[in-house]
Amino acid sequence: MAISTDTTDCRIKLENITKQYPGCLANDNISLSLLPGEIHALLGENGAGKSTLVKTIYGVVSPDQGKIIWDGEQVHVKSPSDARDLGIGMVFQHFSLFETLTVSENIELCLSKKQLIAIENLPEKIRNLSKAYGLDVDPDRYIHSLSIGERQRVEILRCLVQSVKLLILDEPTSVLTPQEVANLFVVLNKLSAEGCSILFISHKLHEVTEICQKATILRGGKVISTCSPREESPSSIAKMMVGDLAEQDAGYSKKEGSKVIFQAKELNLPTKQPFGTELKKINFDLKAGEILGIAGVAGNGQDELMAAISGEDGRLVNNMLFLNQQDIGKLDAGERRQLGMANVPEERLGRGAVPEMSLTENTLLTQSKGFISNGLVNWKKVQQHAQKIIDQYKVKCHGEFSDAKSLSGGNLQKFIMGREIGQNPIVLICAHPTWGVDVGAALSIHQSLLKLRDEGAAILLVSEDIDELFLLADRIGAVCDGHLSPLIKTDETDIEQIGLWMAGSFIPESLEATQ
Amino acid sequence: MIRIQARVEQSTLMKIASPILAIILTLIFSSVLFSTLGKDPIQAMHVLLIAPLSDLYNIGEMFVKMGPLLLCAVGLSLCYRANLWNIGAEGQLLMGALGGGAAALALIDSTSIFALPIAILCGVVSGMVWAAFPTYLKLKFNSNLILTTIMFNYIALYLLLWAVHGPLRDPDGYGFPESALFSDAVTLPVLFEDGRIHLGIVLAIISAFAAWILLNKSHIGFQIRVFGEDEPAARYAGFNGKKLSWTVMLIAGGLAGLAGVAEVTGPIGQLIPSISPGYGYSAIIVAYLGRLHPLGALLSATFMAVLYMGGDLAQIEIGVPTAVVGMFQGVLLFFLLACDFFIRYRLTFISNQPIQE
Repeated sequence: MAISTDTTDCRIKLENITKQYPGCLANDNISLSLLPGEIHALLGENGAGKSTLVKTIYGVVSPDQGKIIWDGEQVHVKSPSDARDLGIGMVFQHFSLFETLTVSENIELCLSKKQLIAIENLPEKIRNLSKAYGLDVDPDRYIHSLSIGERQRVEILRCLVQSVKLLILDEPTSVLTPQEVANLFVVLNKLSAEGCSILFISHKLHEVTEICQKATILRGGKVISTCSPREESPSSIAKMMVGDLAEQDAGYSKKEGSKVIFQAKELNLPTKQPFGTELKKINFDLKAGEILGIAGVAGNGQDELMAAISGEDGRLVNNMLFLNQQDIGKLDAGERRQLGMANVPEERLGRGAVPEMSLTENTLLTQSKGFISNGLVNWKKVQQHAQKIIDQYKVKCHGEFSDAKSLSGGNLQKFIMGREIGQNPIVLICAHPTWGVDVGAALSIHQSLLKLRDEGAAILLVSEDIDELFLLADRIGAVCDGHLSPLIKTDETDIEQIGLWMAGSFIPESLEATQ
Repeated sequence: MIRIQARVEQSTLMKIASPILAIILTLIFSSVLFSTLGKDPIQAMHVLLIAPLSDLYNIGEMFVKMGPLLLCAVGLSLCYRANLWNIGAEGQLLMGALGGGAAALALIDSTSIFALPIAILCGVVSGMVWAAFPTYLKLKFNSNLILTTIMFNYIALYLLLWAVHGPLRDPDGYGFPESALFSDAVTLPVLFEDGRIHLGIVLAIISAFAAWILLNKSHIGFQIRVFGEDEPAARYAGFNGKKLSWTVMLIAGGLAGLAGVAEVTGPIGQLIPSISPGYGYSAIIVAYLGRLHPLGALLSATFMAVLYMGGDLAQIEIGVPTAVVGMFQGVLLFFLLACDFFIRYRLTFISNQPIQE
């Protein structure tokens, strides 16, 4: 591969990239260029074509038309290993690390023989790079003992070891605490200063305005605009992303709940799985007409807490959970639903919806009231109701007969939210309602949550997106290692304090010592 | 270069074409096999597949074999749709025969019109009980259903052998391991004067339609499908997995038990050591060939019954061992599973371009 000596040239230039999928033009004549050292944001709603575009660059998808020009030379990237040979590295949203191997072994796995020989001492090189970029990664540690933030740094290190010249990051901050995000940005800025170009996909606009020099906005597979985020505001960028968005998703009023609907008292629950989190003495009250937000880095007991409350966990927890003073610890998930509890789970596909079933069938999944007579299903009624959810929540799909798996993540989430809210629950527990959802869909999900709150439902909102929690929650707390922090009115706290709580500052030292 | 690619959506065409393709591949494979045995493959195929349908007597006999296959396969389809790997239809069938047969012997002097329903009920309940043991073990101790149901097949077989050699042996039967012949009051009525088509076959066809309604029209059937397809979703929705497991396993056990009792009170007319030529095992293939759809099982049970008949005829007419039927079934299942691969995957052909440097 010839390398251009002219450094003023673009590092990478995409010309008229077009990719047609059956029934969907994912990329329509997209052109894009990055200078060396440029941090470039790729923005767009779900289904706008961002993933397809970066997969094209990384050699996972081959484009139907268009050219990729790398350092002034046209190249054909046929596979990720081709891309790595060129100096393109990518950190996916879902990490691809083996938990039972060490950092160094994981990095070794994706190096070619030639690269391995060139690097004489891999652990030494990892240590040096880690020190140089302030990544703080020990090559001998096992992946399963690392936090999410650390794992992400391993992924970045993996790219650095291969002397990356273009780093692609797919929603890198969605799993990090605010402090970890700040650290990541330090690393990215350092890389950029050394001439490494960075392509940054994010839904969080204030991050984009903070660190990106340029932004390309995609909508419906086309480039809508290229701008300098620093000269724009998050709201003006949001407008470009979703088009005619009537009002902005901000400044909602806070409310105080009325009477206590749901209580957890000294909820202790040992872990079921080897890498699970034990719930330790969880206490909280949830009031009618309020949104209680629970922050926390993934894997600190949120999943276990949700499963215990919804009843999916399946174990008896007598005298720990109360709905309207009634002990629900011995009821199963179905019986709790009957009492008016609804649940929006974190995984949409495979749990919130059955992938191979139609939206009509997925409507019946959690909502059977009025659809069953003598044990037989009135499919026509279910179908009409599914159609109603689709219309009301503007779910983009071919129709109520579409398989759940054919919907994009955001649209499926809108459907699930609509289905659960449509049951007029008295308690809604809701995990990561807008994770991976575009701005437009997030706005409508936020508004429907607030409407439900205003109608008097109690909402427990678990999210890793701290901005979202501050936006929606009336009271807020954080989980860390299975402990729940004190709860505080959102107005009376700030991101700094919740960030510290997410890191466990509220846990008394006597407890910490016993772990 | 050929590359295997996951399909975005399951191919509906392949779902239907796969069993047909599997049958064609099986026929080709068997033709080769017959040729190497020195038999004319065309004649062999004729005897195996066409001759069984050539006259009314043979068609009647085909239906007699189709009945138990269909009953077992309908139950198994339900189990497999619920992701419960019940391999125990054979044992449940034998226990149905034994329980129903024992009742029939106890009622041998009765002339009551209730004698036959009681015997049938005993058979059904025996099959259910035999399905209940492995179900309980699975739900209580998380034991492997495949292993326990297979083991219970052997226990059932040896219980039957013990019974016909011991307590239920016909005292006037010269020591043969057979029970007394059942009285007319506990024998299933035949539908036509000629032949042996009995009421059990009607029940089998009804059961296929009933299972179809259960799966596609009822709420519990919906729950069964969700439970089988996506257990986390079923748990999330609050469906009671234990209840659903019990429901399908007991239905399957009951249907297999019905198949067993219908055999002994129908065409056989007494308890003998060899009640079933492996109906319970063949029903697994029938269920798959019918795409785990109760009405699909109707077609595939017919096909399998033809094959059973053909195997008998092949032994008589061209002198190949009946083991050929077993081989035919095995090869068929093998090809079916292989063809099913293409429901979810497809092959793409990529031209070998030199990698540009």
